[in-house]
Amino acid sequence: MNVRTYVRPTTGWWRRNPWYRAYMLREASSLFVTLYALVLLAGIACLVQGRAAYDGWRAALASPWSIAFHVVALGFFLCHAWSWFAVMPKTMPFVTVGGRRLADRAIVAAGAAAAVGASLLVFVVVWATQP
Amino acid sequence: MRARSNKPIFWSLFGAGGMLAALVGPVLVLITGILVPAGLVLSRDTMGYDRVLAFARNGFGKAALLVVVALFLFHGCHRMYHCLHDLGIHMTPGRKAVFHGAAAAGSLVCAGLLVALGWGR
Amino acid sequence: MQTTRTIAIECMRYNPETDVAPRFQSYDVPFTDDMSVLQGLQYIKDHLDGSLTFRWSCRMAICGSCGGMLNGIPSLTCQSFLRDYHPGGVRVEPLEHFPIVRDLVIDQSDFLAKLESVTPWLVPREPQPPAGEPNRQTPAQMDAYYQYSQCINCLLCYAACPQYALTPAFTGPAALALLHRYNADSRDGGRAQRMEIVNAEEGVWSCTLVGYCSEVCPKGVDPARAINQNKINSTKDYFAHLLMPRGKGGG
Repeated sequence: MNVRTYVRPTTGWWRRNPWYRAYMLREASSLFVTLYALVLLAGIACLVQGRAAYDGWRAALASPWSIAFHVVALGFFLCHAWSWFAVMPKTMPFVTVGGRRLADRAIVAAGAAAAVGASLLVFVVVWATQP
Repeated sequence: MRARSNKPIFWSLFGAGGMLAALVGPVLVLITGILVPAGLVLSRDTMGYDRVLAFARNGFGKAALLVVVALFLFHGCHRMYHCLHDLGIHMTPGRKAVFHGAAAAGSLVCAGLLVALGWGR
Repeated sequence: MQTTRTIAIECMRYNPETDVAPRFQSYDVPFTDDMSVLQGLQYIKDHLDGSLTFRWSCRMAICGSCGGMLNGIPSLTCQSFLRDYHPGGVRVEPLEHFPIVRDLVIDQSDFLAKLESVTPWLVPREPQPPAGEPNRQTPAQMDAYYQYSQCINCLLCYAACPQYALTPAFTGPAALALLHRYNADSRDGGRAQRMEIVNAEEGVWSCTLVGYCSEVCPKGVDPARAINQNKINSTKDYFAHLLMPRGKGGG
């Protein structure tokens, strides 16, 4: 094309639309997934070093900063879980059940149900085996 | 002939980590980061040294800990790398290696630590 | 008797011969409740400013010509109504992520090249004589690809896709949806030759499932689904190739 076309800049694209902002929030959850994994890794490292080090890690977990961090992390984990199941139908081929295509709603609901079920299972096991 | 992307490897790890994080991430954060340290609903001693050591020395416990730490790290690092790309930061192959390398390193360290704890009660 | 009200339509203007950068020009347009934004633009061109330049054709959301950004949202101007933008007004801009040729007209040649690159035709499974048996397909077989065949090439999905903005080499939603349309068609045997595009960085792997493309599509094509289903296919192909390399093309 021998016309002088104009190319618009893309900076700040994600601020221009609520859909994009929700997407970036979902992506930001990854920071907290990583940080939580590092908290667990730190705990395992302290476990290897012995009782004193490990009890130090537990004491740090009980601090207000740590509780606050985990409350925020929980929020982001829930954001992750919700958005994960919401887009799950897009990653799967169509599923036909008895000749009819399975609705996306059903797949999202199944995923959410699985998460609730798995979470309850973990919680019940931990609660039932506590000292 | 276009070059075949290597994304499938990292995407598979990202997907596995994402699924695990979606299924049990919230409850794990709730238990280990809020309820037990604050002594709410669950006793503080749920994560006491002897109990957790026994769990980590058990084969199932080792597997559970490694899977959670490694998959969460691969999921998180892969997505954070994409996040920076989305913010307009140019992600060179070197920078890509930093993110996936960090996840791999963290997973290896975790595996090493779990082995160092030994087996049995 | 319909009441006539007035709405402010603010249009992006750009004349490559005289302007260094785009500017905005606002027009007060009388409208009735049945008027589309396209009719508003036509009113401007017919009565207020004959120099306003924009694409349109069918007026009924089937030709794909009239795409633009209405208050920042990728929309077909023929399918959007002035009554819904009153009293705040509507800002009309050319489709995002494409170079502006003039006013509301964009250069879509990049998209056309990408469309050609996905082998967008039925590749017969075996050579067939012209007078041979007709292809037969059950309703279920057609259902597998039907929605992906509804694309009108309106480019709203490219305007919606931030990855297309960040990675201009990305093949993009509509082209990849069309690729999937052929792969999913039981009559087609060209999957292998399309895998090269699928597997490339600029194929499915530039997509991060923002999902806005499927949200703005006026035809329910759901390109997000077409692309992300093929991530699984591409992964299977990747590991198959790793374990059993077969040279160019693979399985």
